Amino acid sequence: MSTSKIETNRDTSPPVGERPRVTSGMRKRAALTFGRAMLFLAPSLILFITFVFVPLVRTISLSTYLTDPIGRPAKFVAFLQYERLFSTPAFVNSMTRSIQFVLYTVPTLIILALALAALGNLRMRGISIFRIIFSITIAVSGATASLMFLYLYHPSIGAINYFISLLGFPTVPWLISDKTALIAVAITSVWLQLGLNTVILIAAMQGIPEELYESAMIDGAGSWHRFRHITLPMLSSTIFFLVVVDMLASFQTFTPIDILTNGGPLDSTNLLVFSIYREFYFNGKYGLAAAQSVMLFLIMLVLTIFQFTVVERRVFYE
Amino acid sequence: MNQPVIRRPLWLSVLLYAILIIASIIVLFPIYTAFNISLLSDSELASYPPKLFPFGFHFENFARALEQAPLARYLANSVIQSLLVMFGQLITATLAAYAFAFINFKWKNVLFLVFLATMMIPWEATIIPNYLLVRKLGWTDTFQGLAVPFMATGFGTFLLRQFFLKIPKELHDAAIIDGASDLRFLTTVVLPLGRPALGTLAVYSFLQTYNQYLWPLLITNQPTMRTVQIGIALLQDEERFMFNTVMAGVVIILIPTIILFIFSNRQLIRGLTAGAVKG
Repeated sequence: MSTSKIETNRDTSPPVGERPRVTSGMRKRAALTFGRAMLFLAPSLILFITFVFVPLVRTISLSTYLTDPIGRPAKFVAFLQYERLFSTPAFVNSMTRSIQFVLYTVPTLIILALALAALGNLRMRGISIFRIIFSITIAVSGATASLMFLYLYHPSIGAINYFISLLGFPTVPWLISDKTALIAVAITSVWLQLGLNTVILIAAMQGIPEELYESAMIDGAGSWHRFRHITLPMLSSTIFFLVVVDMLASFQTFTPIDILTNGGPLDSTNLLVFSIYREFYFNGKYGLAAAQSVMLFLIMLVLTIFQFTVVERRVFYE
Repeated sequence: MNQPVIRRPLWLSVLLYAILIIASIIVLFPIYTAFNISLLSDSELASYPPKLFPFGFHFENFARALEQAPLARYLANSVIQSLLVMFGQLITATLAAYAFAFINFKWKNVLFLVFLATMMIPWEATIIPNYLLVRKLGWTDTFQGLAVPFMATGFGTFLLRQFFLKIPKELHDAAIIDGASDLRFLTTVVLPLGRPALGTLAVYSFLQTYNQYLWPLLITNQPTMRTVQIGIALLQDEERFMFNTVMAGVVIILIPTIILFIFSNRQLIRGLTAGAVKG
């Protein structure tokens, strides 16, 4: 490599911190390598800065302003939007409903996925077909799943109420009543997420060392005993991971609400992301919606930090 | 993956298969329902008790969905958007993963953390400024607006980097000493060896984009630019379409992803479990 090449490159790259013991040749080399690496990173970095980092900062700054109807900041108000948020019953309702929704979906998902994964992990002929069936909802979009359930929940022609009436129970006003609508959305959401959860649990189950089961068999442990005392403990880190991932997904639920309930009846399904969408897209309250977005970001941040500190440490420990 | 089949008493095998089949029926029921309803006539649809089997096979619902609603156009829009995002992500993630795997540069770890950090920022938390930006750029109702914001991926970079790290670094050093450029090493050695991981990322990003809902809902207004997920949801809002036509539409847009899923099952699952399971 010629020196002139290094010289021209050095001119365009940012100055490297002065350290007396490093020779200028080494510094030039480091700067050259850095420039070379940046060429490879630049496409991603430019996109991340434009569509992730700057928008995040703008969301935070927007939340401290009153805005005009097309979203331009008009008047700095510091924390007024946040004070408003916590004093309006609508936002408090949206938060409590979101938490309620997480409590409906996450435990149900984990238990059902564990059951399906245990079945999918049986060593039987043709089991790979069942594995594909149990994970098929990965391929299904939120919109199509919601339309399927829109029919299933239909009060007069829907199949669910038909089955319930066949069993002799009173039918359920799924999407019509504010008492059941959130449950109906939660069922849709659980079905949609089930495939991913099952796939991850099956993969984790296959990673459990065979010897553990063999020695348990020699000790005469039954299959439930083996599941309870070997499989579940060995899966604990994966289950923790799924709990966090499912909580994140639940807090971000939007599509089933938009299609099934539109946030109603009586705001009973007006979860956080739907509320953000409604406030800025229909009501033009960009500042207020930005403040809600910041709340969503903070929830995600806490959950992710929790995952990294608590869960990742457990993984390492095992 | 393929462990030996365990010998069991016959009654136990029968019982386990019965449980497997019942579980499958429950999981598949909503999808089966979509297929079933899409084949019912208008009068069969309205009858009570609901028809659980499509004896009539009324394929005219599919014709109706394709002719009266511009479903083919929606489908084309979605496929174009998904391909743009897919190729965009493959290019940006390959380049970045190459640098992280093969080049030793200053602030490498910090920059890698920056990439990982993008995975922790929910898209919904940045959606208002992104919407305002795209509107300001005049990108509403365009493919740029649908695709460009998603063309970089922290997850994909991480996935490819993990795979590239398995390629011996000596191979890279030898090639560079022999005078090959990075780009040449990337195209002649890394890309061919990295095919499985690239395949995983391709399927993953295609599926994710094809199934997007909120973003296209925000930035497309003209019927000619709507994506298929929005199109199908709007179909349902129109009074003139009954459930059988809507479900025919659902089946039409579901078939490509289900076929993609069945054929790329293993690749996709490797990607999905990469972040979750060690090893």
